[in-house]
Order: sequence, then C-alpha cells, then structure tokens
Amino acid sequence: MRTAICDGRFIDPANRIDTLSDVFIADGRIVGLGHPPDDFVAERRINAQQQIVCPGLIDLCARLREPGHEHKATIASETRAAAAAGVTTLVCPPDTDPVIDEPAVVELIRRRAKATGKARVLTLGALTQGLRGERLAEMAALKEAGCIGISDGGYPVSNTLVLRRALEYAATFDLTVFLTPLDPHLALGIAHEGPIATRMGLPGIAAAAETGAIARTLELIREMDVRVHFGRLTCARSVELIAHAQADGLAVTADVAIHQLHLTELDLAGFDSRCHVRPPLRRAQDRDALRTGLASGVITAICSDHQPHEPDAKQAPFGDTEPGIAGLDTLLALSLRLVDEQALSLPVVLERLTSGPAGILSLDYGQLQIGAIADLCIFDPAIAWRAVRPLWHSQGQNSPFFGWELQGQVTHTLLAGQVVYERERGQSS
Amino acid sequence: MSNTHFQLDRQGRLLHFLTIEGLSRHHLIEILDTAESLRGVAERRVKKLPTLHGKTVVNLFFEASTRTRTTFELAAKRLSADVLTLNIATSSAVKGESLLDTLRNIEAMQCDMFVVRHEQSGAAEFIARHVKPHIAVLNAGDGRHAHPTQAMLDVFTIRRHKPAFENLQVAIVGDILHSRVARSLIHALGILGVPDIRVIAPRTLLPVDVEKLGVRVFHNPNPGLRGVDVIVMLRLQKERMAGALLPSEDEFFQRYGLTEERLTLAKPDAIVMHPGPINRGVEIDSRVADGPRSVVLEQVTNGIAARMAIMSITLGNHARPAGEAL
Repeated sequence: MRTAICDGRFIDPANRIDTLSDVFIADGRIVGLGHPPDDFVAERRINAQQQIVCPGLIDLCARLREPGHEHKATIASETRAAAAAGVTTLVCPPDTDPVIDEPAVVELIRRRAKATGKARVLTLGALTQGLRGERLAEMAALKEAGCIGISDGGYPVSNTLVLRRALEYAATFDLTVFLTPLDPHLALGIAHEGPIATRMGLPGIAAAAETGAIARTLELIREMDVRVHFGRLTCARSVELIAHAQADGLAVTADVAIHQLHLTELDLAGFDSRCHVRPPLRRAQDRDALRTGLASGVITAICSDHQPHEPDAKQAPFGDTEPGIAGLDTLLALSLRLVDEQALSLPVVLERLTSGPAGILSLDYGQLQIGAIADLCIFDPAIAWRAVRPLWHSQGQNSPFFGWELQGQVTHTLLAGQVVYERERGQSS
Repeated sequence: MSNTHFQLDRQGRLLHFLTIEGLSRHHLIEILDTAESLRGVAERRVKKLPTLHGKTVVNLFFEASTRTRTTFELAAKRLSADVLTLNIATSSAVKGESLLDTLRNIEAMQCDMFVVRHEQSGAAEFIARHVKPHIAVLNAGDGRHAHPTQAMLDVFTIRRHKPAFENLQVAIVGDILHSRVARSLIHALGILGVPDIRVIAPRTLLPVDVEKLGVRVFHNPNPGLRGVDVIVMLRLQKERMAGALLPSEDEFFQRYGLTEERLTLAKPDAIVMHPGPINRGVEIDSRVADGPRSVVLEQVTNGIAARMAIMSITLGNHARPAGEAL
C-alpha cells in the first residue's frame, strides 16, 4: 500500500523537524518527505490539513489484562483502544496471570496481539519467578523469546541481595531493568502520607517509600554496568535523585504516568475511588517538579500507566477498590494540555511520547526519517471534546478524567504503513 | 472539599451524619440541645418516645462492636423505631457478596435509616452516595476517618460538666494515628470554639501533619496535661506492638498511662473520659478509671441521648420536603 499524507504539520522530534511537509509511505516504511520518490503513485491520500503528523506514540506501561484478567480487558480491546489513542507501540508489564516468567506466556501475548494487528505489543519479562522477589526468572530465555526488558511488574523486590543479583544477572544479558521504585514495607498505605491522608484517615505512603527505593538501587548499581529504568515517578525528590545519578554517568532513565502530571492528593476529596492509584497522587509541588523534570529531560517518557478495570473494581469504599486508571484514551489530550498550560513545548511533549520512550527501549521506532518504519499518529490539535462514555475506546472506563474538557484528537493511526485507526467524521462531543 | 457538604441538603440541614468536619456550630448545638431534652426519657417509667414510630433502622456492622451497636439499638428503640442489626463481618460479605449488593438487598426491605460501621475510611460516605434518597445514613465509625456520634456524645458530656467551650483546655492522649474518635472529636471541639486542643502521644502514634487539624502536639504528658479541664484517653489496640509502633504495653503505661499522679497535673476539677472499652493498666489506671473524676459511664448513658438526637434530626429532615418550614 502506497500512502501519501498531505499538507500536515510534520513534527519528528528525534530529528528536530517541525515543518509543513507531505509524507510518503510504501511497503510499511517512509519513502519520501516533502516530495515523493520517482514513480510514486499514491493508492491512498490522507488530507492532514490543520493536523499534526508525528511518530506513533510509544507507551512504556499499559496493562492489557490478558492473560488472566479478561473480565477487565483483553489484548484485542486494548490494542484497539491504543490505536484510537495514536499509540503504535506499547509495553506490557509482566504482572499478567500467569506472570510473564516463561517464554510460553510471551508467545501467547505475541500471538494474540498479532491476530488483532492494531498495535505493536512488546513484553517485559519478570525479574523473579512469579514476581515473588525470591528466585531469578529465566531472563536469558525470556529475552530470546522476545522480551524487550525485565521488570518487577509493580511488585518491588524487598530483599536487597535478590535485587542486586537480579540486576547483575540482567546486565549479563544486556537487558534493561524496569523497576517500580516503592519500598514494599513503607508502601502499605493507600494515599500520600500528608495532611490530606491524615484528615481523611487514609493510611499513608510516605515519599520515602519511593525515594528510599530509588536511593537503594542507585547505590547498588554505582559500580555495575547495568541500565535501570524507574517507572512512574511521583515525588519531587525522586527527580533530584535521578538527575544526580544521570550527572554521575549512571545509565538510569525514568518515566511518569500522565495522571501524575495533572492530579494531586486534593483530588481524593469525597473518597473518589477513580483517583485511587498506586503509587499515590502526591502534592501539587511534586506534580510541578515532575513537569519540570520532564521539561529538563531527567524524565524522558510519559506513559499512560493504563490499568483498565471492570466497574465493580471501583465500586466500594476507597480502600477496598483496586488501584489504577484506564489511561490510554486521554494520554494524548492530557499531554497536549501540558502545552496549553505552558509546562512544555509541543515538540518536547511529542518527544516524550515517541523518541523518548524509544530511547529507553533502545529501539529505533519513534522517528520518521526516510527508511524508518511508518508508525504514525495524525491528530487534530484543535478538536475540543469532553471525555464521555460513548467516545471511550478502552474496555476499562475507570477514569477520573470523565467530564474534563480536553483538546486534541487522533484522526488516523498508521502501524507500519497500515491505517489501524481512522476517526469517523463528526465524532466528537 | 466536596465531601464536606454532601451530608447536608440545600438548606444546610443534616440528611446524613457522616463526619463532623465541615459542620457549623449551629448543627452541633442543635444536636446537643436535642440530646439534652431527650436525656430525661430514660428516667421515665416508660422509656419511649413515638418520634420514629413506623420507621425501620438497620444497623449494618461490617466490623465487630458491642457497645456502639447496643447504644444505637437502644436509641432507635427508645424512639419507637423497628430495629434490625446485621453483623455483616460474619455473614454475606464473607460469601463474596459485594457491598453494593448487600445494600440493594437491605434497601429492598424498605428501611429508613442505615447505621454503618466499616473498617474502611470513607465507607459511610460511599454508602450514603449509593442508597436511595429517602434513606438516612449514620456513620458509626469508618476506618480511621470519623466517628461523629462518639464525638457528639463526648462534647455533650463535656458540656454537662463545663458549659463554656470557649475557655476549655482539652487533652487527647494515646493512639491518635489510628483513631477516628480523635479526628472527629478534634473537629467538634474546634467548631465549638475550644481554644486549646492538645494531642499527647509518641511520634509513632501521631499522623503526619496532625497539627494542621488545629491541635498542639505534645510528646511528653507532663507539660501536655498541665492545667487541662478535660482528658480524653484513647484505647490502645494490642496489634500496635506487632506493628512496631510501640515496644510494650508496660512502657506505654509508664510513659503515657493516666495515673492518679499524672492526673494531678490537670485542673483539680478536670474530668477524665474514655470512649471504651478500657484497657486497665495500659492507657489508664483502674483507680483513675473508677475514680471521682471519671465520667466514662456517663459517656455511655449520654451516648444513647446523643444518638437519639441525631436519629430524630436526620430522619426528621428526610420526612420534611426541602423548603418546608419546621
């Protein structure tokens, strides 16, 4: 299929390009920018006037709930939601059931994702068997099976010796280790430890649960040649710790969940279970520091931290509900809101959604020079919409952003040159 | 915060009783005055008023309790309501029925009021948000969050001994961290104008930023108890030792327990309160608990009047359509 995308504003953050330019695609790759190659005859033309054409988004953390939790969502339902969100590559953490600690599970996910064909699904293998933090998982076999990295999958390893050996072993096979920085003993609560939790009588999770875990890992890897990625930062102090480590030359990277850039502990008012997330929403100054860290490049990726749930999972008193937000549907619009709020420029926001996460994964997706795989997201930054259920794509409707006035909607998503999503005309609220 | 006014109707009248936080002095005084007028009922030969005749009150206890449940039952019966008590900790919740399903089932029995105790903070508000609008919900304790009827019976008891709130010094001693009683009492005392509210505890039993609730923090009971009019001792749960919050009951008693000697630090006419059940020799010496300054049993008696007052006010507001005159 030869496709021409015409008259759009073409932004390729990795190559520092922001210009009005046509894009030409053949055989799943970019074959021309600005002007078509000789003899190019487009079979399909996409009019991208007033729209932005950028690399397909790369989401470092999206739970698809399959295998094991198909009552919440499936690979089919969530890769469709990803396509509608402009996400072409997503990374699935290993906390499925069964856990991704053996090649058969990797294979199962790959097969299901391929059958749907709506998004590229990458998997992270488990750091320890069953994510129990005791015995090492067969990391080499997992890598061979296709895992893009190794992760604690949201179950931090409490035994420091096990963590140290897991890091060393992963480094042996050149695997990046994706960690959830949270001390499990300090993280028994359900809300940020501070005046709001005190007032509401919610057991707290101190900032030290995160910063302590980061500091422990940074000291462990100081003399170790290993790449570590800290997922879902929430604290101002964490940004400082990671900035220092980066300045010292350690190979550490970090991401932030989109909801942490917009919500704070104040959003728990009324015991709103939709705002029950783990790690918890923190103070306004933490949110601001995360934005600053994102702008300065200490944090190089924004992820959806997508966690779709069935309605019952959130219909209970706050502490009895399951944590997590279905974040895919609002990922792009909430990221663009950071531009409106003058926290980041548009190219930087797009970088943190494309080449930033690609760099963390050591993959060359997320950029659009000639010859690159044609993963593209085309969006109209001017479409105003309200998050309402009929416009929702994820099977999980657990979002505190329902009712928010948002701006920016994906019109087309191309995965390796194939249109995997196209917005229906007039589809807005 | 949006939850502050959720329990009020548009005229600012109480529809539910979920938390003290955000209520006005007017609300609290109305409850205290009503409780005062109802206190005499128990002295009569026939201990009943017809106020809630024909109404059904359901006690939904998701967490074990004897004392609170009993006083709610008695309060409802003295107002002539029909009362049903469900200990859900030992029934359907164990069989996997969700809280909402349980609510729907009980709602279908045409009840008028739910009295709820639950281990999760915010549970009473959750239930209030999900029940049919004609049902009043009273919070009988939710997690660490609130125990507003206990706070009302406490301030009612205080007022009977010390009528002028604006001159009082009150000390709350013990496990503030886990205490819904402390949180609700702090709010109530603040709203009623008590100028000096103190909390006394080791750092492990104090929540972060507790001073933002409007209290002065003491780690040492000697300066903390000096000159106070009211001492509220909190129950210390035995689990706190396992949670590494305290080394032993004995050390806690040595440092924080209310002994006759420590009681002399307070004003000579200070009263001693405890929400019960008491751990003798852990937070309070028996000689103090049974002594002349103790009003612990009076609190139990007053609990019935305070709960009768809250029940009749909230159900009364449900009965009258909004806007209709009293």
